[in-house]
Amino acid sequence: METTQIKDYLRETALARQRLSIASGVVLVMFIGLFFRVWFLQVYEYQRFETLSNDNRIRLQSVVPARGEILDRNGRLLAENKLIYSVEILPSQVDDMGALLNQIARLIHLDEISVERFMAQVKSRPSFEPQTLKLALNESEVARYAVHQHKFDGASLKVQVVRNYPYGEETAHVVGYVGRISQDDLAVIDREAYRGIRYIGRLGIEEMYEERLRGQIGFEQVETNAHGRNVRILERQEPVSGESLILGLDIELQIAAREALGDYRGSIVALDPASGAVLAFVSNPVYDPNLFVNGISQEKYGKLRDNLDRPLLNRALNGRYAPGSTIKGLVGLAALERGFSPAHTEICPGWYSLPGSSHRYRCWNHGGHGEVNLNTAIAQSCDIYFYSVANQLGIDYLHDFLTEFGLGRRTGIDLQGEPTGLVPSKEWKERARGEIWYPGETVITGIGQGFMLATPIQLAVMAATLANNGTRMAPRLVTAVDGTGYEAFKELPILIKQQVNVSNPNAMVLISEAMQEVMHGQHGTARAVGANAMYRMAGKSGTSQVIGIAQDEKYDADKIAERLRDHAIFVAYAPIENPKIALAVIVENGGSGSATAAPIARALMDQYLLKDINENTESEADKRLAIAR
Amino acid sequence: MRAKRRWHLDGPLIVFLVILCLSSLFILYSATGENDAAMLRQAIRILISFVVLAIVAQISPQTWHRWSPWMYVIGSMLLAAVLLLGIVGKGAQRWLDLGFFQFQPSELMKLGVPMMAAWVVSSRSLPLSFAMTCLVLLVVVFPVALVLLQPDLGTAILIAVSGFMIVILAGLRWRYMLGSLVCFVVAAPYLWTYLHDYQQRRILTLIDPWSDPLGAGYHTIQSMIAIGSGGSGGKGWLAGSQSQLEFIPERSTDFIFSVFAEEFGLMGVGALLAIYMCIVFRSLMIAYAAQDTWSRLLAGSLSLTFFFYVFVNIGMVSGMLPVVGVPLPLISYGGTSMVTLMFGFGILMSIHSHQSLMDH
Repeated sequence: METTQIKDYLRETALARQRLSIASGVVLVMFIGLFFRVWFLQVYEYQRFETLSNDNRIRLQSVVPARGEILDRNGRLLAENKLIYSVEILPSQVDDMGALLNQIARLIHLDEISVERFMAQVKSRPSFEPQTLKLALNESEVARYAVHQHKFDGASLKVQVVRNYPYGEETAHVVGYVGRISQDDLAVIDREAYRGIRYIGRLGIEEMYEERLRGQIGFEQVETNAHGRNVRILERQEPVSGESLILGLDIELQIAAREALGDYRGSIVALDPASGAVLAFVSNPVYDPNLFVNGISQEKYGKLRDNLDRPLLNRALNGRYAPGSTIKGLVGLAALERGFSPAHTEICPGWYSLPGSSHRYRCWNHGGHGEVNLNTAIAQSCDIYFYSVANQLGIDYLHDFLTEFGLGRRTGIDLQGEPTGLVPSKEWKERARGEIWYPGETVITGIGQGFMLATPIQLAVMAATLANNGTRMAPRLVTAVDGTGYEAFKELPILIKQQVNVSNPNAMVLISEAMQEVMHGQHGTARAVGANAMYRMAGKSGTSQVIGIAQDEKYDADKIAERLRDHAIFVAYAPIENPKIALAVIVENGGSGSATAAPIARALMDQYLLKDINENTESEADKRLAIAR
Repeated sequence: MRAKRRWHLDGPLIVFLVILCLSSLFILYSATGENDAAMLRQAIRILISFVVLAIVAQISPQTWHRWSPWMYVIGSMLLAAVLLLGIVGKGAQRWLDLGFFQFQPSELMKLGVPMMAAWVVSSRSLPLSFAMTCLVLLVVVFPVALVLLQPDLGTAILIAVSGFMIVILAGLRWRYMLGSLVCFVVAAPYLWTYLHDYQQRRILTLIDPWSDPLGAGYHTIQSMIAIGSGGSGGKGWLAGSQSQLEFIPERSTDFIFSVFAEEFGLMGVGALLAIYMCIVFRSLMIAYAAQDTWSRLLAGSLSLTFFFYVFVNIGMVSGMLPVVGVPLPLISYGGTSMVTLMFGFGILMSIHSHQSLMDH
């Protein structure tokens, strides 16, 4: 018994020890296996995992540059970057969203629709993506929220920069507006240059100078933790702010001009003849560009689009009108250039007929002006003189001459989408209409009617070129840029400066004198407007016939009569000795140019020329001297 | 008898365990985000564990042998109690609230099962008969099933392994092992349907964690990135970006190895594995030297189960094994498993020190 027990014991021991030895071997192999696995990850695949680890923790964020501001000539802000505060919530950090919203609602006003929209976002987006609960808190809400914000886990106050136009509708047609970058934009723009940028210029200067205003984005290498929170900044490349643009525009003149138009639809463009700088650029009616910045509602946009007065139409740039008698100065100049004597006379019996034709072209003065020369014809705006002269000059010569003064071609203003207008010619009619030119069409072109179409900016350029002794400048809104750092304030070069071909230097003086007669002469059509001025001015009225209404435009029956009235036009410049302002005023359906448009021109010239002088100069004589200087 | 009092401890094993526990405090400081309070709590747990170890080691293996069936029976009853309470309380239940502290019966069974299995096996002479094998398996499977029902897959596997180790060390015939392996492969598809959704996902994502990098594969991927990006030298203590920026989930408990590997690199991992190897082989030596079958089987099972812990945890965080809730023994933050492990080492030391006494 004893021996079997010992034998069993020995056998059992041997068996277990054998198993233990095998197990030890297996354990050793498995330890080596573990080490090999870690070696594989840490040495063999090191590069891959190191990259993944850095991708995890380092995020490249773009730093959005400040968009350049837009200022008027006196440094008043027309487009600025305003800070707005909003409440953002990171859903992944919120345990009880309902309770949190209830608490926040006690501090700031939350409307149901925005809360619903917020909840929908929370449901459809990943929970680590912050969502905006409320945009644009008012000041007292910001203050109240800031005091209590430590209680709200997952919610934070975010500062956002939003484009704002302090003068709103006054500058809509000049400055334009920015809008949020859309899917369509993304297909066109350089995505890298816009990383993180939310707005893009859509219209006006904002669109035209997008590149300069935008600036250059900077970059930040940020270390973030697993929850997406920024832990620290590793590296930063500063963004380059956009350049600020300084306009030639005088916002006070701009506002005054629109007020002068009152309820009339119309346009006013005022230029500095010497530099081509745009002093005022008005199209009435207007709209508020701020509505477009963060997306305008369908309803509001529909109202603007369908409004009969077409507030979205930039009349100053795109409105095309028959220039009417405002071009008589140019036609007169063309006659002088062609060898007509200033003393050349025509008899005005109240009508004109082409040789061999019985059709009568009427003068506005049905009784007739009698014998008129160049000076009196312009001063009294005699149509007969210009019918006859135009007929003698011929349409092709007229076309070429008028084109030199900027009609029928783009002025080169720094806005997108400028039309050419139209100065007709035989070649044009052939091409556009497939018809031959009739002499009668030349006759009415002489007084700016018929096919001819000009934009307000073109008429202003025409006036400025006359004021500038025949030097035609491209009008420009932006006169200087104010960059940051090394490229500080810098005046932009004048791009187009062209001397009109007039061989007789005296001819310009004669035309100027005739246009002064309009304002100051005994029989001048606008003598009532030119009276009691402290400076001499030159001007010319015009009346643009409203030929018909396009069939696709639906007009209110009651309003048709009003909308069929002539457009009143006036071009002018002053002071004669050293013109500082040239302008074109178009009052749609305003009737007579000298009665409706001329007083507006006078008021604006007074405002612009007398403002400083009235403030700084005492005596009447000194004032006159100051203006002329 | 002998006048000189003697501490029933094993010097080498104590030294290795102390080194390991000190490393634990060191890495936990980093993994908890330099949390002093957590550090203090863990230090207290370590001290308590060593006290438990010392006390357990003083009790003779004969006594432990006698107590084995009682531990098993009481443990099984407590497991059943926990399950019943869980049914009442609706939801997973692992704890038994004893008022002043919470007690996890499954921890008790980590020792109770191998002790009981060894007790059954050593009651007859070896090799095991077929009937005995079935009996032992029954002893093992019953509590494992209770733990599975909790459900706690990680602990169930560990308990099962500790029981099966007894059977294997007792000389289970190779053909039985091969046979059960075949059975397992055949039954696997059927067992698969019994796994919880999250358990199925864990196994599936093991095959390709990158198939769902933000969902089920996230833990494994972030952990592998942490280990891999540590490189050979590591990113430095407190400087592991994956750990400090909280990309590693459960970084102070189940995934603490990733923190260690990221901050100390392959050299640190080598050192850590070496300490574990020292502990495991010292324990296996104790088993080898043990003088009766119960002691030998139990010591062998405890050593191999300890190694199994290490292997499963590191295999899991390095993307070789599915994610089951097994902490890295003696390193992970938490008290319960640490006390159990030290209890086990206490028994090992008791076996070793008391036997050498008997030789004289």
